[in-house]
Amino acid sequence: MDPPLIEVMHLHKTYDVGDVPVRALRGVSFRIHEGAFVAVMGASGSGKTTLMNILGCLDRPSAGSYRLCGSEVSGLGRNQLAEVRNQLLGFVFQSYNLLPRTSALENVALPLHYAGLSGRAAFEAAAYALEKVGLADRLRHQPSQLSGGQQQRVAIARALVTRPRLILADEPTGNLDSATSLEIMALFQELGATGITLVCVTHEREIAAFASRLMRMRDGMIVEDRPQTPASPLAPRPEGREEVAS
Amino acid sequence: MTLLRTLRVAIGALLRNKLRSFLTVLGVVIGVAAVIAMVSIGEGAKARIAQNFENMGTNMLMVHSGSTRTRGFRGGSGSLPSLTWGDLEAIRDEVATVRHAAPFVSASAQAISEEENWQTRVSGTSPEYFDIRNWPMALGRRFTKAEVKSKAKVAVVGKTIVEELFGDGANPLGRTVRINRIPFKVIGVASEKGSNVRGGDSDDVVLIPVTTFMAKIQGGLQNRIPGGIFVSATSQGVTGRTREDIEALLRARHRIRPGQDADFHTHDMAEMASAFKDSANTITSLLAGVALVSLLVGGIGIMNIMLVSVTERTREIGLRMAVGAKPRQILAQFLVEAVTLALIGGLLGIAAGLGGASYLAGRFGWPLLIRMDMVAVAVAFSGLVGVVFGLYPARKAALLDPIQALRYE
Repeated sequence: MDPPLIEVMHLHKTYDVGDVPVRALRGVSFRIHEGAFVAVMGASGSGKTTLMNILGCLDRPSAGSYRLCGSEVSGLGRNQLAEVRNQLLGFVFQSYNLLPRTSALENVALPLHYAGLSGRAAFEAAAYALEKVGLADRLRHQPSQLSGGQQQRVAIARALVTRPRLILADEPTGNLDSATSLEIMALFQELGATGITLVCVTHEREIAAFASRLMRMRDGMIVEDRPQTPASPLAPRPEGREEVAS
Repeated sequence: MTLLRTLRVAIGALLRNKLRSFLTVLGVVIGVAAVIAMVSIGEGAKARIAQNFENMGTNMLMVHSGSTRTRGFRGGSGSLPSLTWGDLEAIRDEVATVRHAAPFVSASAQAISEEENWQTRVSGTSPEYFDIRNWPMALGRRFTKAEVKSKAKVAVVGKTIVEELFGDGANPLGRTVRINRIPFKVIGVASEKGSNVRGGDSDDVVLIPVTTFMAKIQGGLQNRIPGGIFVSATSQGVTGRTREDIEALLRARHRIRPGQDADFHTHDMAEMASAFKDSANTITSLLAGVALVSLLVGGIGIMNIMLVSVTERTREIGLRMAVGAKPRQILAQFLVEAVTLALIGGLLGIAAGLGGASYLAGRFGWPLLIRMDMVAVAVAFSGLVGVVFGLYPARKAALLDPIQALRYE
């Protein structure tokens, strides 16, 4: 069997805030294999965001090991971590984090620019990614001209455009209404079917239900980790239902 | 990320805040414009000075009587004429590099025409004087050697005299000017020379044969030259040598021992011209220095706005880092933005500076001289200002923690 995509062993993270050290992670170990769709649930302060930051190579663990695609990344420097993020990872944030006053196409092409891909090839790949998330007709729109769901789709296209092995989503539906949330989760399921590994942090049970594996965290530790039968989208994704925000 | 892409991102970011970018750039615009205008003005003034000296003849030298010592008492400069007519001839005949030598004696006098009278300076000289001063006639002719020999009562007048005594545009040739009640016939009008280096009017002159001057105006000692000798060297390159030769000749003729003060002075125009140019240079560099300080102030403005920009765009920086921007790529982005601002300021400043310089040149009647090296220095310096003042904000951006930057509200 191939090595797991993610293998974390005895992961610890301690923040020094004031006099009292905050132990955000206290010995977390798990493996995630390629193609999995993992939901991470937990109350705020349970350490799930810290875990996501470490999995996303935005932060480094205080102790323990994190092997991504078979190689240790916990000791890498800022530049190497930037390369890992650029080539292996894609991020989807709760607040979309699109560049304002910048077209959807340019937003999606951004990671490719940092990957060293120049102009035209980058924009062609970006247009293809936007097509995959159903926004082929919104390439020139700026974030302010798009609805929340459309903005999150642009963000997903941006995460997809570098063909990453792993997409990390941090409360991706937190700012969306329930109908749009379900559409976004259905989109994630579609991506999962193509072999991309997804890790999604959420505190909503209905959202977590779409995953094939559920991890529950409390006080910096994993208290539950079980496979589940993913829910199917409640309704087929309606076309053109989202309205352009005014 | 290619440099071109970085530049595009920078320009896009600057265009997003057009007014702010413009105001930021204004400091550099003013600085660069001031440098260019000041240096151009300085160069124009220098060229004007050089032109004035050119008018006087740059291969010209002057010999004046110095202080004399009479029984132990030292008189002031020119207290007693020490130069003799023999000295004049010796200079003309014995110094190889002398082309012309002319005596020059002058006195203040009231010039009277039929209509008007005017206080002016009457000077006696020989025809070579007009060659030495590089001074052609506008009308008529100069007096001849024969007229000098015969003590003829003829005069060459300057343009100011024509205006004051005969009226604007009048033709004074053949008319009479009385000086000390002696009638002189006007035979020539010297061409206009404008102001001299000291700011006086070079055209307010009446020139008559030196012999006539000595006999009718001056009176008194006839064997000495109560003024100076104007000399022209054969070329500008030999004025220094000519001056040394004349000094050696006169020291020998006046029997002055080595180490003893000479009883005459020599000046050459090249020396005076370079002294004037030196002072013009000093003023130019002073003004340029002040202008450079304002360029520096412009740089501080850029730094200020870049710091604001980094804070405002913290989330953007965090996102760029999350999708794979390395610290040095973030650094490059903000540095390019700062340098772009500074260079745009530099280019606008050059345009404004050249505009200002040509306006001032037109106003003061100076030649418009653009020093391309200064333009290049101004551009390079404004770029440098962008780098120096952009580096700190850019570094600040590059060192942000991506997690905190992403969460920044």
